[in-house]
Order: sequence, then C-alpha cells, then structure tokens
Amino acid sequence: MEAFTTHTGVGVPLRRSNVDTDQIIPAVYLKRVSRTGFEDGLFAGWRADEHFILNQEPFKAGSVLVAGPDFGTGSSREHAVWALMDYGFRVVVSARFGDIFRGNSGKQGLVAAQCSQSDVELLWKLLESEPGTPVTVDLTDKTVRAKDLVAPFEIDDYTRWRLLEGLDDIALTLRHEPEISDYEGNRQTWLPTTDPLPAV
Amino acid sequence: MSRTLAEKVWEAHVVRHGSGAEPDLLYIDLHLLHEVTSPQAFDGLRLANRKVRRPDLTIATEDHNVPTVDIDKPIADPVSRTQVETLRRNCAEFGLRLHPMGDVEQGIVHVVGPQLGLTQPGMTVVCGDSHTSTHGAFGALAFGIGTSEVEHVLATQTLPLRPFKTMAINVDGELRPGVTAKDIILAVIAKIGTGGGQGYVLEYRGSAIEKLSMEARMTVCNMSIEAGARAGMIAPDETTFAYIEGRPHAPSGADWDAAVAYWKTLRTDDDAKFDAEVHIDADELTPFVTWGTNPGQGLPLGASVPDPEQISDETERVAAEKALAYMGLQPGTPLRDIRVDTVFLGSCTNGRIEDLRAAADVIKGKHVASGVRMLVVPGSMRVRKQAEDEGLDKVFLDAGAEWRQAGCSMCLGMNPDQLAPGERSASTSNRNFEGRQGKGGRTHLVSPLVAAATAVRGTLSAPADLEN
Ligand code: SF4
Repeated sequence: MEAFTTHTGVGVPLRRSNVDTDQIIPAVYLKRVSRTGFEDGLFAGWRADEHFILNQEPFKAGSVLVAGPDFGTGSSREHAVWALMDYGFRVVVSARFGDIFRGNSGKQGLVAAQCSQSDVELLWKLLESEPGTPVTVDLTDKTVRAKDLVAPFEIDDYTRWRLLEGLDDIALTLRHEPEISDYEGNRQTWLPTTDPLPAV
Repeated sequence: MSRTLAEKVWEAHVVRHGSGAEPDLLYIDLHLLHEVTSPQAFDGLRLANRKVRRPDLTIATEDHNVPTVDIDKPIADPVSRTQVETLRRNCAEFGLRLHPMGDVEQGIVHVVGPQLGLTQPGMTVVCGDSHTSTHGAFGALAFGIGTSEVEHVLATQTLPLRPFKTMAINVDGELRPGVTAKDIILAVIAKIGTGGGQGYVLEYRGSAIEKLSMEARMTVCNMSIEAGARAGMIAPDETTFAYIEGRPHAPSGADWDAAVAYWKTLRTDDDAKFDAEVHIDADELTPFVTWGTNPGQGLPLGASVPDPEQISDETERVAAEKALAYMGLQPGTPLRDIRVDTVFLGSCTNGRIEDLRAAADVIKGKHVASGVRMLVVPGSMRVRKQAEDEGLDKVFLDAGAEWRQAGCSMCLGMNPDQLAPGERSASTSNRNFEGRQGKGGRTHLVSPLVAAATAVRGTLSAPADLEN
C-alpha cells in the first residue's frame, strides 16, 4: 500500500452519525469478485438523492470525509474501506469509529483520524460556509488543518507507523521472510503436499 | 510445562513470537480455497504483484455455488457462474490445484480435504470458511479466515495471530441407540450458547467422544463455530490413524511410522489446565432438534416448542419471540407434531458416507411421506460414488427421494436448491438462520437419522417412532 505522510484535498462535511458499513456500501455490492471498482457502491442508498453532499460541486471531488460519531459500525465487510478509497477518499475524520472498520482502514491505507466532536463541528461549519476549502491531514504531527483551524487527531502508534511506512499486513510479514524460510526448512518431510499424485 | 493439545499444535507452528502488542506469526500447513471467499484475495495479489508462496500446500474446489443437477450445463445464475469461472481463472493463473464441477474429487471443501488424506493430526489448516473447524476432528488446529487473511496466507503461508483460550468439552458415558454426534453438538451449543465459545478453541474429550468414528468426530468439530468458537479439536488416536492410513496423501512406509509416533504425542497433558471446562452426560442425550433461528435454540425431540413467557432472561425471551414468529410456531406444540415440507440430507456437517448409510438404513423399504420432498446431496463426488457402489442411491430413489450431485446445495441456498418463503425443512446442515436456506425458509437442524425418519412420517421424528 501507498505510504501516507500528509494529504491535502477537498473536505466533505457528512453531517450524519452512526454511519454503518451497510450504509457505506450495501450488501448487494458484496457479490462482486473484484478488489477494485467499488466507488459506485459508496453510500449508494444516499447517492440516489441528488441533494446528497457527494452529488454537489465541489464535494464530488472530495478526499477527506468529515463525519459524525460512530462511523463504520456494523458488519465487518472490508468493502466499506475499499469503496471509500476507490472513490478517492484518503482520510475519514470522526469523533468515534467502529472498531473493525478502524482496523480494516489501517490495513488498507485509509487514515481514520479521531478528532473531538467539537473540532468536527468547526470543520463542518467551515466546509459548509466555504465549500471546497482544502483540508490538510498531516500524519507526522497528527493534525487536521483547514484555513486557521488546527485540530489534533488521535491514531494508535502502531497503525500510524504502518501508514507512514506504507506497510500492509503482507508487507509486514514479508519483513520476516528469512524466518519463514527457516521454518520451512525444518518442517517434517512427511507432511502432505497438494501436488497431484501420479495416476494409478 | 504441561500443555493442552491446542497449545502444542500452536507452539509447533510459531515462525516468530510476537513481542508486546505484536501477534505471533503462525505457519499454515494446508490452505483450502473455494469460489466465494477467494476472488478478492487473488485480485489483491495481482494488484501488489505477488505470487502464491506455496501452491503445493494449497488446494481449491468448487462447492458453494454449484448446481446439483445438470452439472454438464453452464451455471444459470450469473453471480454463481462468475464466481466459479473466476476461481478457475485464478487457479490457472497462479498454478493451483483445483477440483472443478464434474471432477471425481470435487465436493465440499471440508469433505474433500479429509477424504484425500490432506488433513492430518497436528497440522494448521485454514480456509475462507467458518466451518473449517471440521478438520479439528483429526487433532489439527483448523479455523476459518476472512478474505484479506486468505490473501495473506496465499502470499506468505503464514498468519499473524494471537493465542486462543482453551475450553474442554467433556462428554462422558454411553450414547443411547439413535443418538448421534449431531445430537451431542446440538446439545453442547444449547448448553453453552451461540456465543459461549467466543475466543476459545474447544477440545472435545471424554469416553463418548473417544468412541465416535472419524466422520462423527467431524460432525462435532464442524459446528464448533456455531458455539462461537474459533476452532474445535479432538486428540488423535487409533481411530484417526486407521482413517488416514492408505488415503491418497497419507504418509507411507517409514514416513508413516514417524508420523504416527509424532501424532501420539498430540494429547493434552494430564495436568494441563483449560481456561474453561464444560461437562455433558452422554447417557442423558436424546435426539436433538432446533426450534428457533440459531443453532443454540434446540431441544430434545420429545420436548415442546418453548414458551417465551417462561424465559427469564430478557434478551433470550425477545430472541425466542422473534424466532417463533419467524418459524411460524406456537408455544407448547410438541416438536414431534411439526410438519415439514422438505428434508435436506447433506452439507459438510452430515454429507459423508456414514451419514448417508445411517439415513438409508432408516428409510430402506419405506417411502417419503406425501407432500414432502427429500433431497439427498452427497458431500463430495467420491462420497456419491461410494454410495452408488453400495446401492444407497437406489434406496433413496426407491423411497422417493432425489439423488443429487455433490455440493453445499441447500445448506445455504446459493445454488437453485432453496426453500420457498414459509417452507419448512428438517435439515442435517449447521445453520438455521433466517433465510439461510432460502428467503423466508424455516429450518430445523437435525441428525441424519432424524432427517430420514422425518421424511417418512412428514413430521419431526426419530427412527424409533417408525416402529410404532
Ligand atoms: S456445506 Fe454449508 S456450512 Fe459447509 S461449507 Fe458448504 S455452505 Fe458452508
């Protein structure tokens, strides 16, 4: 995954709380077999409404979502993170995240920045009064900045380190490749393989 | 230090101990794949330009979506067809062994592994499927994983994991005639609840477990997940060794002796401590059936539909009310009076040869009740073939049942084998969730013996009921 240090993009004020993963991407989209292309499923239920924020300029091109508390609760589907990232979001700012969603985000390279609700409200006001205001999310000093506003956010150290280094789970494990090879060298020789057997 | 079986297997697979918050890195001996949970994992590999590390420890089969009739024709449902075709493409691209529809080794992934002798004691086995716990019957540590973990195992043959807690399920005594492994596990789940096993690996032990055949042990371990457990295990013994010996991928010659010597060490030490223990008296068990919409909502067949009013726990009472409304049942109705439309014999829980034999034995020379359809779906093509060699297909067909090709079928109704809204089934599968077998379908989980007797009488029944 891509390393993340700082990102500047259009902020999208989403004045809703308890946005669960079913709302982020409805179940019908789970039938797909691809790992990309979920942008059309993002908030599919709401996007049918032309007044929905992502149907408005300049928010259409948003990359920093500023949402109400308890974002990403509900079913554990990883598609929720895929849909946000496929759409173009790099960061979600909220006062509280669903645990599994937050975990999935860190693994896929989406920054789940936990701000105070009062800062979220200030961001909402700013983004609504001046649509298109660029928002900068800086993972090195853990701040969200927009115009004069500087809002600190929280993210756990381990996830932050991984995001800064751009290490997904697999890349992390592959740092221990020599140990895996060592282990393989010592496995019992009688353990089965799935190599096709000679026909009898 | 004394250790449990699960801890021994865990330790033997640690590639690297994590420090602090970091998980252990565990080596995976066998990775099973099917068409539903693997596509995005392969796509992830492609996006990151990664390969499958050990194609020789990986095997795939088509099971969830496959039709059980007309398997020589293209799959009609576009979503099912896409998933199956995607698996074929991925296996070809990444060089993986696949048993496709129509192949003699095709079948439900959890039937295929053991049948090929690929599942052996002391191994770590994973699959993007919660019923991977089935393989624990061999004393393997086997558990279901999510799609991103599937990708992780494909790429690294390892998984970062935190140790599980251990729970002993002691089942002592003698099962009465007509009482099976399915009744044991339904009784266990009813006792500890669908969340009772959360965070645990269950180890089934005790004299009643030791007497079970290998296939019966698989039935028990299969449903560990329905108690919320990550995995279920049974210590390997002579029954296990005898089942494995001579199978296509079993060790042979000097390897066999070395393997058995190691397998014999795979027992929980006498003074090892479990984090929790549960006791079940096998003598007390009778055929068990579920009345509700989760596998923990079960009762002995002789009981009646419970009255939610009498359930003191608020959450359970509400759950029971909702379940009865969905199931269309009245409190106080004797379970034996419940009429079914469909009987499903199959799934990774009860779709093996012994299950088919047991049911055939009950139904032989009798007829499926009028208005009832019975679907017999072998767990694999091998099971199907063996059953046909033994003439079981004739027994079922003569009784008026349908004899199908192998797959998951009505266990989850991803293929056309589904219940219609409001239709009621007695099913040997493992989940009676709302809509699991078809939108609006009502499922009663039962053993193969109860399934067969129910097919004959048309109401939930045990074989003993056929004698009166
Ligand atoms: S038979 Fe049912 S439970 Fe088993 S793998 Fe298939 S769908 Fe899952």
